[in-house]
Amino acid sequence: MAGRPEGVYGDHVTSTEAAIPRLRGGALITVLQGLWSAPGRRATLHTLAGLPAGVVSFAFAGGLPVGLGYSAGWSLLYAPGSAWPATTGFVVLTVAVVLLLPLIVRPLTAMQRLRSRALLGVDIPPPPRRGGGRLIGAWAAAGMWRQLAYHVLALFTGVLGAVVTAACWLVGVAMAVVLPLELAGGWDTGWSLPATLALAVVGPAVLLAAPWVARGVARADTAAARALLGPSRSEQLSVQVASLSRSRADIVAATDAERRRIERDLHDGAQQRLVSLAMNLGMARANLTDTPEPARRAIEAAHDEATQALAELREFVRGLHPAVLNDRGLDAALSGIAARAPLPVRLSVTMTARCSPVVEAIAYFVVSEALTNVAKHAHAGHAEVTVDRVGDRLRIAVTDDGRGGATADGDGSGLRGLAQRAASVDGTFTLHSPAGGPTTITVELPCAS
Amino acid sequence: MRIVIGEDSVLLRAGLAKLLADGGFDVVAAVPDAEQLLRAVAEHRPDLALIDVRMPPTHTDEGIRAALVIRHQYPQVAVLVLSQYVEERYATDLLSVQTSGVGYLLKDRVAHVSEFLDALRRVAAGGTALDPEVVAQLLVRRRDDPIDRLTPRETQVLRLMAEGRSNTGIVDALRVSHSAVEKYVSSILAKLDLPHTDTDHRRVLAVLKFLRT
Repeated sequence: MAGRPEGVYGDHVTSTEAAIPRLRGGALITVLQGLWSAPGRRATLHTLAGLPAGVVSFAFAGGLPVGLGYSAGWSLLYAPGSAWPATTGFVVLTVAVVLLLPLIVRPLTAMQRLRSRALLGVDIPPPPRRGGGRLIGAWAAAGMWRQLAYHVLALFTGVLGAVVTAACWLVGVAMAVVLPLELAGGWDTGWSLPATLALAVVGPAVLLAAPWVARGVARADTAAARALLGPSRSEQLSVQVASLSRSRADIVAATDAERRRIERDLHDGAQQRLVSLAMNLGMARANLTDTPEPARRAIEAAHDEATQALAELREFVRGLHPAVLNDRGLDAALSGIAARAPLPVRLSVTMTARCSPVVEAIAYFVVSEALTNVAKHAHAGHAEVTVDRVGDRLRIAVTDDGRGGATADGDGSGLRGLAQRAASVDGTFTLHSPAGGPTTITVELPCAS
Repeated sequence: MRIVIGEDSVLLRAGLAKLLADGGFDVVAAVPDAEQLLRAVAEHRPDLALIDVRMPPTHTDEGIRAALVIRHQYPQVAVLVLSQYVEERYATDLLSVQTSGVGYLLKDRVAHVSEFLDALRRVAAGGTALDPEVVAQLLVRRRDDPIDRLTPRETQVLRLMAEGRSNTGIVDALRVSHSAVEKYVSSILAKLDLPHTDTDHRRVLAVLKFLRT
């Protein structure tokens, strides 16, 4: 630090910070600056604005319905016959205001949120919006009662907060003016010396406390607004759950769409080219019988390679998302994977109605992965695939007579991916695989996801 | 023999036309979608229509539907459907109208030129050519039934029968004697309780009917 050139050091400090230590009586200035600092100033304005805002809130949310209700009740009890137009008017107005209260509360809440945002820079989360019947639905919304409570409370907190804050400022400032005059003998207040001394202590204290009182009041008001105007914890959670479910469904659907796109691209591109290549090599192989032996061998090898590549590519693409799945459904699509498995598979599908495309795609993937897993690891002689739709659930069971002992742990495990795919639509995955077999994988999916 | 081709891939359309021309067939039209295919069939009345399954506009089963229309409207036109994947459901649809003069093969099969041309001739002559994959798919659907009583060799022979092969075809495929094949065939028909018939074609029908029910 000492070795640094002064100019460089000076660049890193603000002018205020640099200026304070150089001034005499710097401490006093710091205190006075703190007195009118931005947070204290904002809190003071917010708290003072709480008074008119509270009056408006209470007047419309509490005073108006209670006043009308009182008038209606009084008219009905004491002057039912004599002034029936007024009575009817009061009753109708009371009912109308009570019914329309949600519509009245909404702008009041907006006003109070605006006060917080504009004067304090604090965003109160908006109350949850509910669908359903407009008036009754709005009344039934849980947030309605809490908002109403805030607006009724706003009168008391607003008036009390504003009065206390204003009092602190006024008393403090008054003392700051009067006491020096008194002590200097310029103004004879007639106060006794102990009283003057006491005020000399209390006055500055009250003045110094004023911004902190304002900030305390603002903080309490903000807490009340957050609790009563914003969504409740359970509402926040349910909004969050809804948004998470939605984004998860989007991801699942996007994955499905992506698999379809890849399938389509490969079908229209690489597969067609490979067929063409294999066909040309096949023609060459068939026609060029009088070519020299080495050339013929090379053509034969290329032809075999091409047909092999074609078969492998088809195998891969078929596992993605076959067109027949959309077109004819899960039942039809499963024949293909069951028949292609390298071991004998028995397939039985009982579906009275189709499931959603996403669920069908996942069910297809489940069977495909499970059979791949059986072929790779189970050392099985046979496998059996059963798919049943029971109510609105799709139940898939894949059983093999292999050596058992399968687990769904480990990142590379196909079974783990299978469990994840099932979970992505709130499905369940169970694995029963005692050592020595047999192994049964059961996946249940909700049909409507 | 006059042939109409319906295939949306330019590459394959040209390739197939060349393959067939080299094989001595007369390609009278080669078109890229089902609509044009139906027009070409109406116009040329070919002996056989060679049809791709996935064609514009939806790229799903246009070819199958076009084949069914052709089967209904022009029963004398044989259809051979080609696809990157074969599906037993589509096969069942194709065979539901009429079981003679129908073929359904994987596109891969065109790479084996002489076998492919044999299948094509068989279909054009009123026979059947089902891809082994389709037969395998039909077989996975059977449960707790007489198929379990077949020996592995008999199952092999049954598959070849279902593909549409004659006894001679089976002899070639398995490299066994004629009399052995005849023995397997009659044993299979007995076990599955199917009628003995003289013609290969009717025998194929019986087997397919058995597999599909």
